[in-house]
Amino acid sequence: MTDAFHVATRKGLFRYERRNGGWQAGAPAFLGEPVSAVLTDPRDGAIYAALRLGHFGQKLHRSRDGGTSWEELEAPKFGAEPPPPSPANAENFEADMAARKAAQTVDTIWIMTAGGADQPGVLWAGTLPGALFKSKDHGESWSLVESLWNVPERAKWFGGGADLPGIHSVHVDPRDSAKLTVGVSCGGVWKSDDGGETWRQAGQGLRAAFLPPEMQYDPVSQDPHRLAHSGDTVWCQHHNGVFLSRDGGESFTEIEEAGPSVFGFAVATHPDDPESAWLVPGVKDETRVPVDGKFVVTRTRDGGKSFEALSNGLPDGPAWDLVYRHALDIDGTGERLVMGSTTGNCWLTEDGGDSWICVSTYLPPIAAVAWA
Amino acid sequence: MTGLADRRPEEDSVAMPRVSFTENLKRHVDCPPQDAAGGTVRAVLENVFADNPRLGTYVLDDQRRLRKHVTVFVNREMIADREGLSDAVGEGDEVFVFQALSGG
Repeated sequence: MTDAFHVATRKGLFRYERRNGGWQAGAPAFLGEPVSAVLTDPRDGAIYAALRLGHFGQKLHRSRDGGTSWEELEAPKFGAEPPPPSPANAENFEADMAARKAAQTVDTIWIMTAGGADQPGVLWAGTLPGALFKSKDHGESWSLVESLWNVPERAKWFGGGADLPGIHSVHVDPRDSAKLTVGVSCGGVWKSDDGGETWRQAGQGLRAAFLPPEMQYDPVSQDPHRLAHSGDTVWCQHHNGVFLSRDGGESFTEIEEAGPSVFGFAVATHPDDPESAWLVPGVKDETRVPVDGKFVVTRTRDGGKSFEALSNGLPDGPAWDLVYRHALDIDGTGERLVMGSTTGNCWLTEDGGDSWICVSTYLPPIAAVAWA
Repeated sequence: MTGLADRRPEEDSVAMPRVSFTENLKRHVDCPPQDAAGGTVRAVLENVFADNPRLGTYVLDDQRRLRKHVTVFVNREMIADREGLSDAVGEGDEVFVFQALSGG
């Protein structure tokens, strides 16, 4: 259990700590800059913050003193293609230039995940445009996981709510660090049993209501918004529903009723009780606000058989907050959750969601929250 | 910042191009105005970045193209070749690296 968490916002990184019986923010880091992801490495306490600067690209910073000071690291990037052709002597100048324009560059670092307890220094980074990167040296350097980048099915990946596909969930099995599960919007669920050397499509049973009928169960065309793991159980908040896997994400069954709606982005599950999960619903994909303006968290304690809408401490009146996929986090106790909204509100519970306290209503739009 | 007007006339014939960066970049990375040799924008900028690789990651993307929301002027002309950076730079020219108004 930690008494601190980070809030990654459109305009900086905020660290809250429990002091004097309340939760208080320290001085913001990277004030004014969009922070797209934050990770506290549970193995050594280092904090990693990814920035997506509007003009100057994605950046990566690390703090080894709890956020007091930061150092910039080399961010994940693609290898540069050969230099551009010269108009004077290249017969295929136009084709070469077209290929060069298509050559990839990292747009956003969307998720960072620590490797296993037996892999000190290993970090994973999921990005838009759908590339996974690995560091073996505490983020000092990164390499593209080409085995996943080169799967033929990647040609079918596409953006969901963004121009580019993106890897938003990277799970390292705490029982076996070589077992990885990755979620892609849109590209479905992918698994590796050998530390990322080889990959296979998983996520059978996911259903894409946004595709023609004969394609709806195509596993590569799915838009899992977020995956949450507890043992072999995986909860999936999908673009058009809630799904549950009991075999580590190989296959899913759809949960058709989940409180006010089945649309949302965020999902969390109890680390020791896979029957417990939390969701933050919105109306639907075309209307991304709480149903009837009533902002609630939905919780199941019975593996999705029933859900209850939790609202104690959440806004009474109409509220139009949306909680993004990385903006709900649960700590190791399984009873403390923190969440932040696109409206800049941040709430916290210490009793599994029975009651919430408002940490702030004045933050910039929140991309991610994470216990430190 | 030293501009053309500050240089003595006898220096102009041998002056290397002068490269300046937007003030907003200075919040992130050290980037003082500097002289750098080269006959193209590519050559000039790569000479600057050879001594300051981190600065290069702010101006150029993974493929060494100009970032989408960065713009470069040679004197008063916005460059045309954002991928190859092949626009010519002459002795004494001034190269300005700005942020575009898009992307903010």
